[in-house]
Amino acid sequence: MYKLLIIGATSAIAQATAKVFAERHPKDLALFLVARDGQKLEAMAADLKVRGAITVDFAVLDLNDFEQHQSVIQQAVQKLGGLDTVLIAHGTLDDQQACEQDYQHAEQCLRTNFLSVVSLLTPIANEMEKQHYGCIAVISSVAGDRGRQSNYIYGAAKGALNTFLQGLRNRLHRSHVHVLTVKPGFVDTPMTAHLKKGALWAQPESVAVGIYQAIQKRKNEVYLPWFWYGIMTVVKNIPEPIFKRLKM
Amino acid sequence: MADNYESWGRFPKVSQRIIPLSWRHEPLPLPDDAAIPILVQGVGRSYGDVCLNDGGVIFSARGLNRYIHFDAETGRLCCEAGVTLADILTLCVPQGWFLSTTPGTKFVTIGGAIANDVHGKNHHRAGTFGNHVVQFELLRSNGERLLCSSDSNPQLFAATLGGLGLTGLITWAEIQLKPIAHRAIQAETIQFYDLEEFFTLSVESDAPYEYTMAWVDCNSQGRSFGRGIFFRGNHIAAEDAPKTWKVSKRTLTMPMDLPGFALNRHSVAAFNFLFYHQQSQKSVTKLVDYNPFFYPLDAVLRWNRLYGKQGFLQYQCVVPYTDHRIIAAIIQKIVDSGMGSFLAVLKTFGQVASPGMLSFPKAGVTLALDFPIKGAQTFELLEYLDDMVVEANGRVYPCKDARMSPKNFKHYYPQWETFAQQVDPSFSSSFWRRVTR
Ligand SMILES: Cc1cc2nc3c(=O)[nH]c(=O)nc-3n(C[C@H](O)[C@H](O)[C@H](O)COP(=O)(O)OP(=O)(O)OC[C@H]3O[C@@H](n4cnc5c(N)ncnc54)[C@H](O)[C@@H]3O)c2cc1C
Ligand SMILES: NC(=O)c1ccc[n+]([C@@H]2O[C@H](COP(=O)([O-])OP(=O)(O)OC[C@H]3O[C@@H](n4cnc5c(N)ncnc54)[C@H](OP(=O)(O)O)[C@@H]3O)[C@@H](O)[C@H]2O)c1
Repeated sequence: MYKLLIIGATSAIAQATAKVFAERHPKDLALFLVARDGQKLEAMAADLKVRGAITVDFAVLDLNDFEQHQSVIQQAVQKLGGLDTVLIAHGTLDDQQACEQDYQHAEQCLRTNFLSVVSLLTPIANEMEKQHYGCIAVISSVAGDRGRQSNYIYGAAKGALNTFLQGLRNRLHRSHVHVLTVKPGFVDTPMTAHLKKGALWAQPESVAVGIYQAIQKRKNEVYLPWFWYGIMTVVKNIPEPIFKRLKM
Repeated sequence: MADNYESWGRFPKVSQRIIPLSWRHEPLPLPDDAAIPILVQGVGRSYGDVCLNDGGVIFSARGLNRYIHFDAETGRLCCEAGVTLADILTLCVPQGWFLSTTPGTKFVTIGGAIANDVHGKNHHRAGTFGNHVVQFELLRSNGERLLCSSDSNPQLFAATLGGLGLTGLITWAEIQLKPIAHRAIQAETIQFYDLEEFFTLSVESDAPYEYTMAWVDCNSQGRSFGRGIFFRGNHIAAEDAPKTWKVSKRTLTMPMDLPGFALNRHSVAAFNFLFYHQQSQKSVTKLVDYNPFFYPLDAVLRWNRLYGKQGFLQYQCVVPYTDHRIIAAIIQKIVDSGMGSFLAVLKTFGQVASPGMLSFPKAGVTLALDFPIKGAQTFELLEYLDDMVVEANGRVYPCKDARMSPKNFKHYYPQWETFAQQVDPSFSSSFWRRVTR
């Protein structure tokens, strides 16, 4: 039985990824979902059962409630009887202007997008280190590759997350635990519902397939869709004296 | 998939605000201005403007794509309204269940199939899609959630089946599937030389064959007038099921819009000639997968781009079959015009009563074909056909329409005022405003 824990499970990308797992592991998937909305979790659990998951359990938790992290991970490990893969998907694209005006906002953004993941990965990493196998996949963002005026608080959280995951990968390598950093570009999900869509936009379903494949291939880092690798290589290589003058 | 929320015919062009829906339990995200009309869209496979809302808001139901329950013993499936028939087949066929009836494309949502009360090749046996809908939940703009079935809110149930999305949002639905032994269809194709022969084949096939329909040439005059190919088939029985079966997953995508001149009288006539002569014998029997049998057009994704950016019109009517001369006269008119396109589909509808107030199918013979838009003359021709259909006491299918007049709509659907009482006051569509003007 493939044991999968998804945190921030109701995110559009996570939902689509769960469906890919159900399809690729028919009658061989045990799921544990964590998110803050019980009704959404119920809808999702019923769907995944019809799609062939053997068991789907869930816990309702606001992930900014750090005190509960340890126990919710324990609960998941117990229910599943171990962890093959953990996917962490929650996040918020906070309003940049609000973050600039009010530090409370900025801090909230950093808590949700960075600190909560560190807190969750503390017991998860220790568990997997003990197990000597497993995969930790975390959804970061291309926004973490370079700070830009339009979203640098969110970008800073994702950038810090990238650095954290690099270190964690380095640490867990000798325990045979695989750490995957997922860097999506623009994805058409509720998080970006207010933005105008163009040619660069991807659907969560295609990103989900990319995540699944990167997990299977034990990739360290993946840009989704792949062309973001090229875009970000260019963006990262623009010299700072020029970059600081650009409107991005 | 058309991702710009156009309709399949890409005509008319509209400007509308898109709001995606994600969760069935959430309230409708109504616009602040209550005067702005709202409408739900499935995946926009309707040809005309029933799924468009010019100047209004479109709630996209694509995100409501979760299953709720499937009982593999009884074939009852309950799912959210944005689940597509393609999804359902992927789930259910390996477990021995098939759609009780299906339109000619599987890329439609269950909400759309209900709202147009769609029909398939087995109408003479199974009736419409609505005949297999057990119940659904309707979310009205005032926030009310109503369980609708033949027992619960029967008026709204009947108004919503074929109700063109005007009665509210269908959040989820429960349908009855039918058991099959295998995914293959025992299919036969038979050439016929004229319409008389079509009607003879129809009459003799309706009892022994679950699925029947024909393709008729709407381009040839004289001796070739009314020629075509008749398709009939049955699900294969358990004892005849093949041991091994290979499923082709190949699809092509139409990469771009063709320029308007690509489709002209000559290319269409050539296509029809080749199509008609694809088999040298009078009749061929084959075991085929359900996909090419039911969904031949789905093999080319976005084939609507064939008609170029300006889009096209589809025309589908039904006339009673008491008198074969009516359908012959309609086809004659189309042949004379030289404006019809590739495939004209001809099929007889059976006696099963349609469950929806505004459902299109009724006993008779139905003809459907595409018309590239060639200016005013195309519209004039269709208007002329409309009048012939009125005369014959027939109907034109709203789901394919982008131009019928209010006068003719009210002729075809005299019950429209009774229906209008069930319409949600905040819901409207480009179609509805046009035909009730
Ligand atoms: C190649 C092809 C072949 C076809 N063959 C057939 C055929 O054989 N027989 C047939 O009958 N039709 C046929 N059709 C038409 C098609 O089956 C219908 O147009 C179908 O309703 C499209 O479903 P959709 O999900 O795209 O809905 P849309 O086109 O997006 O919407 C259709 C209607 O449903 C309403 N609606 C959609 N979802 C909801 C919801 N959740 N709640 C309330 N209202 C909703 C919309 O408001 C609209 O009025 C064919 C179409 C194509 C492109
Ligand atoms: N969409 C993009 O363009 C894009 C691009 C790059 C990276 N990403 C990243 O992809 C991931 C998934 O996002 P998405 O695009 O799928 O958007 P989404 O559907 O809006 O998902 C975000 C999820 O995070 C959850 N969440 C936020 N705060 C939470 C909290 N305090 N406690 C529990 N759950 C919380 C939300 O829960 P509720 O459903 O309850 O609100 C929601 O399910 C995020 O990490 C995002 O940063 C997205």
